[in-house]
Amino acid sequence: MITCELLVIGAGPAGLCSAITAAKSGASVVVLERSPDIGGQLIKQTHMFFGSKEQHASTRGVDIAEILREEIARYDIKLMLDTTALGIYEDGMVTALYKEEEYMKFKPGAIIVATGACERFLAFPNNDLPGVCGAGAVQTLMNVYGIMPAKDVVMLGAGNIGLIVSYQLMQAGVNVKCILDAAPKIGGYLVHASKVARMGVPIKTSHTVKRAIGEDHLTAVEIVALDDKFNQIPGTEEIIPADTLCVSVGLTPLCELLAMAGCKLSYIPQLGGMVPLKTGEYETSVPNIFVAGDTSGVEEASAAMVEGHIAGLCAAKRLGHIPEDFDAQYSSLNRQLMALRSGPAGEHIRQGLASACLNKEA
Amino acid sequence: MRIENHPVLDFKRGKQISFIFNGKAIDAFEGETIQAALHAAGVRVLGHSLTLHRPRGFYCAIGNCSSCMMVVDGVPNVRTCVTPVREGMVVELQEGKGIIE
Amino acid sequence: MFEKTGIASPEMVLEKFPPLSRINKGKVAVLECYRRIPCNPCETACPFGAIEIGEDINNMPILHADKCSGCGICLTRCPGLAIMIVDTSASEEYAELTLPYEFRPLPKKGDTVFALSRSGEFVCEALVLSALNPKSFDRTPAVRIRVPKKHLYDVRNIALIDKEG
Repeated sequence: MITCELLVIGAGPAGLCSAITAAKSGASVVVLERSPDIGGQLIKQTHMFFGSKEQHASTRGVDIAEILREEIARYDIKLMLDTTALGIYEDGMVTALYKEEEYMKFKPGAIIVATGACERFLAFPNNDLPGVCGAGAVQTLMNVYGIMPAKDVVMLGAGNIGLIVSYQLMQAGVNVKCILDAAPKIGGYLVHASKVARMGVPIKTSHTVKRAIGEDHLTAVEIVALDDKFNQIPGTEEIIPADTLCVSVGLTPLCELLAMAGCKLSYIPQLGGMVPLKTGEYETSVPNIFVAGDTSGVEEASAAMVEGHIAGLCAAKRLGHIPEDFDAQYSSLNRQLMALRSGPAGEHIRQGLASACLNKEA
Repeated sequence: MRIENHPVLDFKRGKQISFIFNGKAIDAFEGETIQAALHAAGVRVLGHSLTLHRPRGFYCAIGNCSSCMMVVDGVPNVRTCVTPVREGMVVELQEGKGIIE
Repeated sequence: MFEKTGIASPEMVLEKFPPLSRINKGKVAVLECYRRIPCNPCETACPFGAIEIGEDINNMPILHADKCSGCGICLTRCPGLAIMIVDTSASEEYAELTLPYEFRPLPKKGDTVFALSRSGEFVCEALVLSALNPKSFDRTPAVRIRVPKKHLYDVRNIALIDKEG
């Protein structure tokens, strides 16, 4: 059994930032990460980030991962890679599996769960055909391993991920046939949409996939237009030859560990699904279990990093490590989050978070 | 097929190795996953579903979905998208639930 | 339509351009940021204080064209690749546009490329005057092309001419 002050689960942007800030405050930190490397999804983000200087705006995601790696190395943080957290028990014990070989137990003083989110799926005929895959999956192939993921792609979803991955596919030399979205408007930032539009890629809003076509592997996608009630309009079907259909229809928080720990969860569609309720100090309904990042509501990575810093600061405080400028740090980080969320792009997040508020005294 | 000239990334590949897929030698680089190496070699079908025997390929590539499970060195149900490829490894299509000897 | 296609209308584009009198004097930035998003690196990057976003980072950037030198630093810093540099001072016939181009292969000085519109359609052929990708640009190369002046407001991208057809 390993005893530690703070256990952070997940070494993505939220987990790493929470570890850094908690360690800066004086806590000793152990980070569990199921992958062989840190950074989470940052390591496949080749585009420059939005936000402002404090969240490394204008720096590419891959480079932010390196910045965080260097910061982590400067503090009392023990990284345990290839280690998957399996459960949080009633006595606060955490179990984990190293490389599918060795089981481990941890007894932490506090836990920050920063397990991120996973891709949603969509039901349509033949959606299990090889060649139908997540947008994150082609990113992994092309941006982590440098492998051509496809020749001709149909992208399903014009949110930020669908738009960004389409652009990245073209940077890798892949032909993007079109981008579909069932919604009548593009969901992602329009600067991203303009980037792909001027490469000649049509964005077809009010369109979806009718079926995937192929025997052993995808060879074409049948698309169809939708009316304003999202019903398919007969006669608008079109068959587009493609070897890959990328599904990018949103993310949903990975909060299984929180559910097992007994944290109160609530279904909040604006935040991506079931999310934990949390206090202003990012603590869940179970004392000493904190959350940060997409686990507690799907948002941009910039916000996940700031949330990580707040959760790290507050978890360290709970462990008795209170920096002199705690109040200043806390309010400055909250100001950053407010700035990131205050525009029209953050409206759904603001609505969702209002419902995810946990009043501890109640 | 591998990407050689990328506008943002510079791929640092490991040592070239070779492994066996369904009796055929396939080239790979150390540090890649089995699924990534198979994809680079043009392999799309990694197994077949239990009941209807429909072809299965990768879906998430980060170990979440189990669509890429294969038999690796005799061990069934290995998530090939998160398992590193090794020299001489024997990889087979997964058919059915698999046999544990 | 912009919300459906990502393609800005000619009226929207015109509104973002500095007046022709300014463009005729030399290089100046065009900030094609049409919607409020939380982002301000252009303001932070400009060494001349020519780009103003202000306290709320969701504000759209305002260009103070009198302070803008057309240096192009913002062009390489904008995460949305929404900035280009325009200049009509060099000749009677041609406008010079500097565009971000994050693709391979990069064109070379002296190449002829296709100039494309905001929807990726062919507008005209264009001569490449320079294609710069120094370390300070952080892998967002800037390609300067020359197009007939009448296409100043139409061109926003380039495509390399495939020699094999």
